[in-house]
Amino acid sequence: MTKFSDEKLAKVQEIIARYPDGKQKSALLPVLHLAQEEFGWLSSDTMDYVASLLSIEPIEVYEVATFYSMYNLQPVGRYTFEVCQTGPCMIKGSDDIISYIEQKLNIKPGQTTEDGMFTLKTVECLGACGYAPMMQMGKFYKEHLTKEKVDAIIDECRKTAAANN
Amino acid sequence: MVIHIDNKEYNIKSGKNLLEACLSVGLDLPYFCWHPAMGSVGACRQCAVKVYKDENDTKGRLVMSCMEGVKDGLYLSIEDKTAKEFREQVIEWLMTNHPHDCPVCDEGGACHLQDMTVMTGHDYRRFKYKKRTYTNQYLGPLIHHEMNRCIQCYRCVRYYRDYAGGDDLNVFAAHNHVYFGREKDGVLQSPFSGNLSEVCPTGVFTDKTLKEHYTRKWDLTMSPSVCNHCSVGCNTIAAERYGELRCILNRYNGDVNGYFLCDRGRFGYEFVNSENRIKRVIIRNRAGEASTEEELMQHLQPLVSMSKIIGIGSPRASLESNFALMQLVGKQNFYQGISEDEAHLNRVCIDVLQSGSVHSASLKEIEQADAVLVVGEDIWNTAPMMALAVRQAVVKTAGAEASQHVQIPVWLDSAIKELAQEDKGFLAVLNVSASPLDELATHAWHATPDDLSRAAFAIAAYLQPGKLQADNFSEELTNQAKAIGEALKQAKNPVIITGVSSYNDNVIKAAFDIAASLNTAGRKTGMACVMTECNSMGLALMDAPAFNHAMDSVRPNGHATAVILENDLYRHLTPNLVDNFLNKCDHIIVLDSLHNSTTEKASVLLPAATFAEGDGTLVNNEGRAQRFFQVIPNADTQVKESWQWLWKMQMLRSQKVNGHVLHPDELLQKMETDMPQFKGITSVSPGHDYTIHGERIPREPHRYSGRTAIQANKNVSEPKPFYDGDSPLSFTMEGFKGVPPSWAVPFFWAPGWNSVQSVAKYQDEPNGSLKGGNPGVRLLQDKKKENADLFFKDVPEQFVITKDKWLLLPKFHVLGSGELSGYTKALEVLSPELFAIISPKSAEALNVKEGDMLQLTDAGIAYGSLPVKVLDNMCDGVVFVNAGSRGTVGMNWGTRINLAKVN
Ligand code: SF4
Ligand code: SF4
Ligand code: FES
Ligand code: FES
Repeated sequence: MTKFSDEKLAKVQEIIARYPDGKQKSALLPVLHLAQEEFGWLSSDTMDYVASLLSIEPIEVYEVATFYSMYNLQPVGRYTFEVCQTGPCMIKGSDDIISYIEQKLNIKPGQTTEDGMFTLKTVECLGACGYAPMMQMGKFYKEHLTKEKVDAIIDECRKTAAANN
Repeated sequence: MVIHIDNKEYNIKSGKNLLEACLSVGLDLPYFCWHPAMGSVGACRQCAVKVYKDENDTKGRLVMSCMEGVKDGLYLSIEDKTAKEFREQVIEWLMTNHPHDCPVCDEGGACHLQDMTVMTGHDYRRFKYKKRTYTNQYLGPLIHHEMNRCIQCYRCVRYYRDYAGGDDLNVFAAHNHVYFGREKDGVLQSPFSGNLSEVCPTGVFTDKTLKEHYTRKWDLTMSPSVCNHCSVGCNTIAAERYGELRCILNRYNGDVNGYFLCDRGRFGYEFVNSENRIKRVIIRNRAGEASTEEELMQHLQPLVSMSKIIGIGSPRASLESNFALMQLVGKQNFYQGISEDEAHLNRVCIDVLQSGSVHSASLKEIEQADAVLVVGEDIWNTAPMMALAVRQAVVKTAGAEASQHVQIPVWLDSAIKELAQEDKGFLAVLNVSASPLDELATHAWHATPDDLSRAAFAIAAYLQPGKLQADNFSEELTNQAKAIGEALKQAKNPVIITGVSSYNDNVIKAAFDIAASLNTAGRKTGMACVMTECNSMGLALMDAPAFNHAMDSVRPNGHATAVILENDLYRHLTPNLVDNFLNKCDHIIVLDSLHNSTTEKASVLLPAATFAEGDGTLVNNEGRAQRFFQVIPNADTQVKESWQWLWKMQMLRSQKVNGHVLHPDELLQKMETDMPQFKGITSVSPGHDYTIHGERIPREPHRYSGRTAIQANKNVSEPKPFYDGDSPLSFTMEGFKGVPPSWAVPFFWAPGWNSVQSVAKYQDEPNGSLKGGNPGVRLLQDKKKENADLFFKDVPEQFVITKDKWLLLPKFHVLGSGELSGYTKALEVLSPELFAIISPKSAEALNVKEGDMLQLTDAGIAYGSLPVKVLDNMCDGVVFVNAGSRGTVGMNWGTRINLAKVN
């Protein structure tokens, strides 16, 4: 059974308390983020659990969670590359970056490497067009991407992961 | 105000948006997401037009016509090149993922997307990439899902969630993979789900029952009809092909159902095609069949010539048939085929509605009420569309209220919703048990009918202090009365809704007292009384005694013939009563369309037409008489309208064989002369010989195919079309082309508008009246009578719960109740099983739990035993039994019965 730790539950209560009485649904986005942090991705079980915490219908959670690309509805790797493919990034070569990553990691957008290390996703404009092409990796923006930069990022990730294990 | 559209002047009502304005003057302008009943959200960008600053502005700017209001002197262009190109492009991008599968799509030929594509001129696909595809869902037996066809207009969720209050359909994901469906496969829970098939402008949501015998719209023979399945009387289009009823579509009536139907009404038609139909004359206990009509008449001759002949009328048969029966047996021998109690309650309803102190509210008026009180009627289950109207009243009042303080027009839907948030108009529901309507209610309160009426009397006492006999109301009731009474007083056009299904006349009387008290200067108060069947009001207006008096009128060995009209007496009355009566009669002639317990007892059983095979008039609970027209030709069957059979019998009885062919309009004329309460009924539709410029109104669209070969399996030469002598409608494609009078609209179609959206061409304005006024004749007049001071002063005693006696009440179900609709497979599986339903406290008192059996007995009548179901949110002291469903029997509703646990 999916369940938050007591500490996280307290955090949920704190988030809910930010909104007026009866408007606990407003806490949905941050609580989903919390859930994603805690459980890695949002399974239907997790979403149902969130629904029960906020006393809303599961369908109301699905509606929201499926809308945003930031929520993972399938298990993801340790690192997620979300490459922007909107106009400006595309003009600056995001297609090449995407196919380079595909080739290098042997996965397609939406897939995760067998070792569970990397997930590749394509997303729409992340508001960093001035630094195109770019991608988001967790909380970080990786900008002015080139093949070399991608190599370096992947190496870096592997190293950090090895060190932390 | 005057606006200029493509340099022509038009007079437009203020307060509209530009799209409505263009449509209301008959212009063509494409749109998707805007819906006349739901307003604008600007989601699809299809309705773009150019608007100009003034007459000298040559550049103009593109605007979404549904999002902008009309202004006096405004200049706009539909024909502008940029606007046209824009609209064409919108279709092009909406279509990038569309499967282009019209030939296998149920919507094809009646599709708004097809129409709009043609209208914008988009004809060449440039997008060369893969289309996204979806997995479809199982949505239950009524609605079929095909998501690939979606163009993301959002109408479905806006209708299902916002308009109808459903919560199990939603929109998921974003960008080009938006998905409209349920959280997982499963039956759609809203009883108004069928409207999705008309709301969705493409083939995503379609009628699954039609799929079973699919026919393109252009191949259907269609007639204006009226729903048979409750007393609301929604207007429908009945559609036929190959002698079978294929589907029921909405028929817009601005005063009644507007754009929508409930699922019982839309899908309950299949009984017409049911194997249980009576298609041939059956004569029991006779050596040799009466195979010709002549033989049948010979057989009937002595039966109808008996000196005592008794007619039992029916709340679900047409006025014409009931009246023809009355003509056959004589007024003194005509009885309503319902219980004394029900007849009394119906009478009370008519008395109060005709008192002149209140106005009998139409569905439209309920929808526009600014405060609603429901007392003692579970309208969600007994009059579904009325519940939907109440929902609109509650939601829209808040919107209208909110819009008054800011410069936002009411049709700007999402802005108004933001503004109103969770604010709601006033609704109080005082009922025996909870229903989904309670969720919208400011006050919801559950009690026994006696106590409900006391609560209502308390409100009346608050509104008119000192007028009641006694007012020893508890503090709870007094406070509640104050809150509700005050809210009603604030309203400008409140509506009070009640009905017969709590089997308590005090409920209706008290509701009337409230309505009458509110009906003072400056306030227009409506009242609605829900009855049980589609013509309960019509039958009640005929003012005949109830069934039990029929029994008293036959002496033992009195040698009587009973003629029973379209009525399963065993459903309306207790079995012992019916058996008693039938045993006393020598001959029993039954006219009906489906086999049932009463038809089993018939010595002569005559096959009666359903609404689909016959013509007739029904009176709904508003007192609105509405005409329905035959859609299935019955030339080569024995099926006839009951009034035709009865007329033949009358000829036999009076030994006048004059060969006169009776028309239904003659019956109504006679009715009008004989019974003043039916004054005006003849204008429900002109006579059978009415024509427009010498032409009749065709039931078939001009594209109807296969006419010359449609009977080729029987005979290769083209048959003569069936001639309908009863009405001005013909069974052909030829005849008057154009918009017929509103009572005679067999289908909606206009050049370029093949889908149901074409209804706009038949209206004065979107969401307004049909051209020439909405159909139907209101028989109840508002005129103040001499004794206008009707007011009920006697307040009943409080209900006392005892351990051995339980108040027996019927529990209706929105899809399951309905004698005829019960013979529709799709609805049958959605109907509840029979239960004895009690509150948790009652269960405790009886020492039973869910699943145990309870024995029901009433002064010697053994009703058998039923499994227990425990329902929260219902009052104590009452036992509900599912009523109206297949297999239910008549019970002494409203009496106290014994319950005992079966061990
Ligand atoms: S399913 Fe139909 S109504 Fe719903 S968004 Fe798609 S096209 Fe519009
Ligand atoms: S069952 Fe009643 S509410 Fe439903 S469509 Fe028919 S008349 Fe209307
Ligand atoms: S287009 Fe890539 S960040 Fe804006
Ligand atoms: S109809 Fe105007 S934007 Fe959709």
